[in-house]
Amino acid sequence: MSRKTERWLALGTLLALVLFGLVASPRMGGQVKDILVFCILALGLNVVVGYAGLLQLGIAAFFGIGAYITGILTVTQFPFQWNFWPAMIAATIGSGVAGVLLAGPTLRLRGDYLAIVTLGFGEVIKFAIKNLENITNGSRALNPIPAPDSLLDWNGNFRWYYYLALGVLVLVVLLLRTLEDSRIGRAWFAIREDELAASCMGLNAAQVKLTAFALGAALAGLAGSIYAASLNQTGGPDSYTFNRSITVLCFLIIGGMGNIRGAIAGTFVLMGYDNILTPALDNWIQESGVSWRFSTFKLVVFGLALILMMRFRPEGIFPSRRAEQEAD
Amino acid sequence: MLIFLQQLINGLTTGTLFALIAIGYTMVYGIIELINFAHGDLFMLGAFLALTIVSALGLEHMGPAGATGGIVLTFVLCMAFCALLNFLQDRIIYRPIRNAPKLTPLVSAIGVSFVFMGIGQIWKGVADINFPDVIPNKNLLGTDSLRFTAKDLLVILVTTPLMAGLTVFVRFTKLGKAMRATAQNPTAARLMGIDVDRVIGWTFAIGGLLAGAASVIYGLTINTVSFQMGYQNGLYAFTAAVLGGIGNLPGAMLGGIVIGLVRSLGSQYVGEQWTSALVFAILILLLVFRPSGLLGTRTREKV
Repeated sequence: MSRKTERWLALGTLLALVLFGLVASPRMGGQVKDILVFCILALGLNVVVGYAGLLQLGIAAFFGIGAYITGILTVTQFPFQWNFWPAMIAATIGSGVAGVLLAGPTLRLRGDYLAIVTLGFGEVIKFAIKNLENITNGSRALNPIPAPDSLLDWNGNFRWYYYLALGVLVLVVLLLRTLEDSRIGRAWFAIREDELAASCMGLNAAQVKLTAFALGAALAGLAGSIYAASLNQTGGPDSYTFNRSITVLCFLIIGGMGNIRGAIAGTFVLMGYDNILTPALDNWIQESGVSWRFSTFKLVVFGLALILMMRFRPEGIFPSRRAEQEAD
Repeated sequence: MLIFLQQLINGLTTGTLFALIAIGYTMVYGIIELINFAHGDLFMLGAFLALTIVSALGLEHMGPAGATGGIVLTFVLCMAFCALLNFLQDRIIYRPIRNAPKLTPLVSAIGVSFVFMGIGQIWKGVADINFPDVIPNKNLLGTDSLRFTAKDLLVILVTTPLMAGLTVFVRFTKLGKAMRATAQNPTAARLMGIDVDRVIGWTFAIGGLLAGAASVIYGLTINTVSFQMGYQNGLYAFTAAVLGGIGNLPGAMLGGIVIGLVRSLGSQYVGEQWTSALVFAILILLLVFRPSGLLGTRTREKV
C-alpha cells in the first residue's frame, strides 16, 4: 500500500468515525467509544512490543494505574478533588513513571524473562487494587468520577466521551506517526531487529528500550484515565487482569504488529467480535427459536482463529511495511 | 511452632502439586523455548475428565478396595488423556510453525489455551463444581494439634515416585539423553542423528502425563474444579518454573515447593489475600537479582 492510499484510508476512517458518532444509538456509540479507548491502549502496547520488540505481558497494570490515579485525584472521598483534565495528564505521566520504575532494573533481562516480570507486575497491581481497600475501595471501585466540566452534558450524552476518545486517539496517532520517522523511532526498530548490531553502532540499548517502555506505559495510563472517566468509576480489579493484557496483545497480533493501522484494525475486529457481533448473533439465534447460544462457543472460535492466523498469516491483517518486504 | 509445622506440611503438599505442573512448562521451554500457555488449561481438562470418570464409577459410594481400584484407573486414564492431548497439540499446531519467529508459537499457545478453556466451559459450564470426596479427610497423626491427612499422603505417594522416575528417565535412558542434547543445541542434536521432532513430541507427552496426574490429585484433594482453575494454577506453576530457573528440571521441583511454602506461610503470617501478590513480588525481586532463577545457570544470549 502506498503512502498516498494509506493517507486517504486514514482520513476516510476518521471521517466515518466522526459521522458515526453523530448518527449512532447510545448503546452502539458507547460500544465504539470503548473500542476507541482500547485503540489507544493497543497503540501503547504496540510501542513496546511492535516497535521495540520487547514482549510485555502486563499492559493492563498500566491501564489500571492510569484509571486509579484519575480516580484518586478526582473522587470526593479524597482531599484532592482535581478536575478531570489535569488528572488525565497526571495519570499519563504517573503511568509512564511507573513504567520507568519497573523497567529500569529489569530491562537487562533476556527477552522472555522481561515478559515474565511484566506478567508478575500485572498480577501484583491487580492484587494491590483488590486489597488496598482504604485507597482503592477494593472490588467496589472508586466512584463517582465527576464529569470533566459542567459546560457539556457529559453523562447524559454519550457523544462527548466518544469524541474525547476519538480526539485523543487522533492525537496519539499523529504523535506516533511523527515518532516512527524520528531518531528515537528508528532506534526502536534497530533494537528490535538486532540489539547487538544496534549497540555496536553506538545506540544506548537500555535507554532506547526504557523510552519505549515508558511511552507505552504512559499511553496505557492515558487510555485508563479516559476509560475510567467514561465509566464514571474505576472499574474494579477485575478490569485489569492478565487476561486483558493478553487480549490486547491479540489485538496487535491479529491486526499486524508494529504499525498503527494494524493495532487499530485488530482492536476493531476483536472487540467488534466480542462486544457487538456475539450479542447480535445470540439475539438473532434466540429470535429464530433455537435454544443454542453462540457466546458458548465464543472462546473456542477466538482461539481457533488465533491458531489458524499464526499458521497461515502470522504477519496479521495489515502487515507492517517491513514484514511485507520480508514476506516478498 | 505447631502452626508453623502445620503450614509447612500444607505448603509442601500444594508445592509438590505445583511442581508437577511446573515440570511440563519447564521441559517444553527447555527444549523449544516456548512458554506453553495452554499447559494450565490442559491440567483443567484432565481434572474435568477425572470428575467425569469418578462420578460415572460412583467411587464415593464404594468400599476401600473398589475406591482404590477406581482411583488407579482414573489416574491411568487421565494421564494417558493429557499425554496424548499434549502430544497432538505439538504435532498439529506447533510442529508446522517450528521455524517461525518466537512470538508465533507463543500466540498459538494462547490460542490453544482459549480453545481448551472454551471446551471446558462447554463441557461442564462456568460454575464451580464439587468433586466427589473419595479420599477420607482422616488425620493420620495421633495428635489433634497437627494434621497430616490421607489426602496429604496421597499427594506425596503419587508425586514423589513420578518426580524420581522422571529424573532417572532423563538422566539414564537413551531418550532422556536425546532430550538433554536437543535442549542444549537442537541443530547439533539433529546432526548427531537425533530425531528432534520425535524428542519434542515425547517431551510434550511427558509434560502432559505429569499434568494429568496433577489434575487427578487436585480433584481428589481440593474437591472443587472449574474451567478457570487451569489459568490460576497454571500461572503459579509457571512462576515456579521460572523461579527455579526455566528449563531446569530440579529447579521446577524446587520452585514448586518454594511457591507452596510462600503461599501457606504467607497466608498464616502476612494475610490470605496478599499471598498471590507476595508470590509474584518474590518472582520479580528474584529475577532482578538472580535473572536465571534459583538453580538455572547463566546462559549467554545467542548471537
